[in-house]
Amino acid sequence: MKIISKLNVLILSTIISLSITLPGFAKVVGDKIILGAAVSLTGKYSTNGEHTKNGYNMAVKRINEMGGVKVGGKSYKFDIIYYDDESDSSRAAQLAERLIKQDGVEFMLGPYSSGLTKAIAPVTEENQIPMVEANGASRSLFTKGYKYLFAVLSAANQYLEVAIDLAVEKNGGKPVNIAMAFEQDAFSQDVRLGILDAAKRTGSKITIDDKLPKELNDMAATLAKVKATKPDVLVVSGHSKGALTAIRQISEMKVDVPMLAMTHCDASKLAKQHGSKSQYALCAAQWHKSLTYKDKFFGDGMQFDKEFTAMYGYAPPYQAAESAAALVVFKDAFERANSFDRTKVRDALAKTDMQTFYGNIKFAETGQNTAKPMVLFQVICDGDNCENKVVAPTKWASTELVHPIPKWSDR
Amino acid sequence: MRSKKIFFLLVILGLIAPFLFPAFKLQMSIMWILVVLALTWDVQGGQMGYNTFGNIVFFGLGMYLCAATQIGLFFPLGEWTAAGGEKTFVHNSEQYFQGLFLGLIVAAIVPVFVAVFIGYGILGLRGHYFAICTLGLGIAAGEFAGGIEIIGAGQGMTSPPWPKGIGNTELRGEFFYYICFVLMICSFLFLRWAYSTRFGLVLNAIRDNEDKAEAMGINTMKFKISGWMVSAFFVGIAGGLMGNMIGYIEPVETAFPGRTFGVFMVLMAILGGKGTLIGPIIGAIAFHLFKEGFWTFFLGWQYVALGALIVIVVVFFPEGIMGYLREKFPERFGEVVDEKNRKSQVELS
Amino acid sequence: MDLLIFQNPILIVQASLDGILLGILFALIAYGMALQWGVMNIINIAQGELVILGGYIAYFLYISGVHPAFGIIVSPVIMYFLGVGMYKAVIYRVVDRDMFISILATFGISILAQQLMNSVFGSDVVVAQSNFGTTFLFNYMVTLPNAKIFSACISLIFAVILVGYMRYSKLGRAIRATAQNARAAKILGVDTDKVYAATFGINAAICGVAGALIAITFTLHPYVGLPYTVRSFMIVIVAGLGNLPGVALSGMGLGVFEEFSDYLFGTEFRIASVFLLLVLILVFRRFKLSRKREYLK
Repeated sequence: MKIISKLNVLILSTIISLSITLPGFAKVVGDKIILGAAVSLTGKYSTNGEHTKNGYNMAVKRINEMGGVKVGGKSYKFDIIYYDDESDSSRAAQLAERLIKQDGVEFMLGPYSSGLTKAIAPVTEENQIPMVEANGASRSLFTKGYKYLFAVLSAANQYLEVAIDLAVEKNGGKPVNIAMAFEQDAFSQDVRLGILDAAKRTGSKITIDDKLPKELNDMAATLAKVKATKPDVLVVSGHSKGALTAIRQISEMKVDVPMLAMTHCDASKLAKQHGSKSQYALCAAQWHKSLTYKDKFFGDGMQFDKEFTAMYGYAPPYQAAESAAALVVFKDAFERANSFDRTKVRDALAKTDMQTFYGNIKFAETGQNTAKPMVLFQVICDGDNCENKVVAPTKWASTELVHPIPKWSDR
Repeated sequence: MRSKKIFFLLVILGLIAPFLFPAFKLQMSIMWILVVLALTWDVQGGQMGYNTFGNIVFFGLGMYLCAATQIGLFFPLGEWTAAGGEKTFVHNSEQYFQGLFLGLIVAAIVPVFVAVFIGYGILGLRGHYFAICTLGLGIAAGEFAGGIEIIGAGQGMTSPPWPKGIGNTELRGEFFYYICFVLMICSFLFLRWAYSTRFGLVLNAIRDNEDKAEAMGINTMKFKISGWMVSAFFVGIAGGLMGNMIGYIEPVETAFPGRTFGVFMVLMAILGGKGTLIGPIIGAIAFHLFKEGFWTFFLGWQYVALGALIVIVVVFFPEGIMGYLREKFPERFGEVVDEKNRKSQVELS
Repeated sequence: MDLLIFQNPILIVQASLDGILLGILFALIAYGMALQWGVMNIINIAQGELVILGGYIAYFLYISGVHPAFGIIVSPVIMYFLGVGMYKAVIYRVVDRDMFISILATFGISILAQQLMNSVFGSDVVVAQSNFGTTFLFNYMVTLPNAKIFSACISLIFAVILVGYMRYSKLGRAIRATAQNARAAKILGVDTDKVYAATFGINAAICGVAGALIAITFTLHPYVGLPYTVRSFMIVIVAGLGNLPGVALSGMGLGVFEEFSDYLFGTEFRIASVFLLLVLILVFRRFKLSRKREYLK
């Protein structure tokens, strides 16, 4: 009978352990609205996963302090259940399923990165769970007819399109030669599509079109090709590692390009880590603290920057800002729907039209935010003290774009 | 026939599980997939002594092939995966199930051919060279898939969503749960039969001493390749199912997850006891429970806990659970221990 | 295939030089791997994590104001003791066992170390600045960052020191004796346990030096260790154990191969081509040996 009893033990312990892992959350517990989020606390996206989480937490704290969310005459506070998706898309999908099925969550916040958002979106869509995401910019998220996905950020293809237009403008309206290197992931490839669109629009030619691996270490080959072919614009997008490697090797190899356009400059703390070497790099940003958007929770960008720095010890990159904005959008939607019914909240989200400290938010039918343009800033340094100065759109430009970038031999 | 009774009891339990624990359907489906992975790994690792890290190649192949077939039969594949794709294609229920059926068949057959094709070269290596070579294959496959445009390259590919109008997500969960469960039962029964034939004996002979087996006249290469074909068949189907359940296929993380599933296969089999039939099953179930438990209770430190578990299992319990049971209760395994004789050999007289 | 490299022959020079410099660094890490494999019959999957850890030590020197190049002295010292500690905690149980056990055990250690580093050091991607400048050749067409040249030189110097130590010092001779025949060495009075601990410590120290060099040449992040592990594998397998000049040559060969595949096949296939090369070499070797009715041991 020993085998039978051992099996009984196994089965019993299975049932017990499964029931322990069933905390039994629901959408609203007491006076708390439960939101679910899978973010990258470990793995290759851990840097930005942390920025995302900090953004979410700061907004939750601020909104709760300022009276919370008013639904049906009662006041509720936000609370978020976090899981670590380990920067792994199959894990993210499983965690989304877990949050919805096991933890009973009915409203979700997005993960970091387009790839992970692409993994979670089918799950939330099938289960009709409204998700407000702040860090998945890939255009392919908005072409699948999702009704429950809402993105507060501008789509990836818009990131550097403006840079190409600027380059053409500075070239007297004539087409330019573009060299580009993109990481092999959903987001970067979408930025690439934007560049391709801009090139087609302006009649510009793509002279180098390189793909970078996810374990990028060395892009010397691409840069050597750039030196040999002398393009007018060099575009690099490879998350934080890409930005840091690019600046390091561009300065080491003394690659001269009239315009260098990149992404993830502030998330990788580029200016701090590379100092004057990162000067003149043109960076795409979803947000900058000097923009004049306002809301009643955070005031304006400068104030958000100040308070975030005080709370977390570093200046907020736009990933943190847009994450905070997601909570503001949710609060507004809950209050307008005046209910916790998923369909009503979803409809309220679809009708969002507001301004946050991060930017204007209005969702198209596809879930994309069509009211907020991308911002370009240039790194300007005084010795090794570098600052990001907005150069486009002209409405918020604090300084004129430096173009062409002075040669390394003149610096 | 006590074991038959236990077996039926467990099968019944498995059949009603989705209704007992409706929130855990996906988890349990994945658990059955893990069992299949562990069982098939054991064919090479436990029974044959060839530690492979490469079975994950069949997993990813199955996943991509199944999804590609499901989509490609009805819509242009290139447009489905195109990054800036403006069009949305929707499967109706007939297309979905047809596609799934055919996709799984393709996912089963093609990896078998691949196993035959590369088997002759790869299976000629021995010991840790074989292990490292297959590790290289697994990772290279993932990186390679990340560069092929038509299946989405680095951006990955979404598998067809559940057709609208047929029940809700609960039905979908049950559907896939039962397919995974049936796959697991089939693989178990097949392997149980296979091990009872000469095939099982030859595999063990190869494990014990391959040169002697060859000297006795056994065509070891034929049996090695056959074993790999069996693994490829079941792992390919498992991959196809996984791709549909997860919904988004990323080349390195979902399709060819060498660093996770590839190594887990090995660990599960070792944890349960490699070389036995039931060992990998127990190991897979225990491993899955541990892992999910760590992820819930040790968030932020889950890999530290998992790494520690791996080190402990591998260092202290390399024989696994079954090995431990075998030591404690040798009679259950048909071994007769002559205690008096055994003790007399170690007592100093 | 992108044939730009053939249209601009100067790029061939650039790729070759880059490859050789890089390869020497990889060869150093591979030497540590070969040392452990030969002496203790262990394949250390956590090699890459040890390298990154060494890199972080240099990075901390850098942010405290010390030039990170001093990391090549500080890092190996700290890592040596860490290595000995690791040995005494876990590795000693794995030494006498099947090599596969060591693969799995060190795999467990590697994922443990990754997350620990993530929690302790934070998840930012970081770099250390060496400000060594650049060397220009051929009228500015070939650029060699001095940090890479520095890395290669230090790796060579270190390798030479190590080989000399192995040959002439008492501990070195004990290590070699244990590698040849552990039981005989024990009988002759060598404390094999100490030898193993020292070997593991030396390997960790080698990783420390390599890590410090990587901090000033590339980027550091808790999760970028695996490619270094794999490359050192490859080099050891291609060179064969006990073949020191072979390790150096294979290392350089791998470096050059990687650089050329960058140009020809695209950087996105860099890792894939490295692994495929591994598979091809092993299969090729197997067929060659099978003609003699032998196999790779």
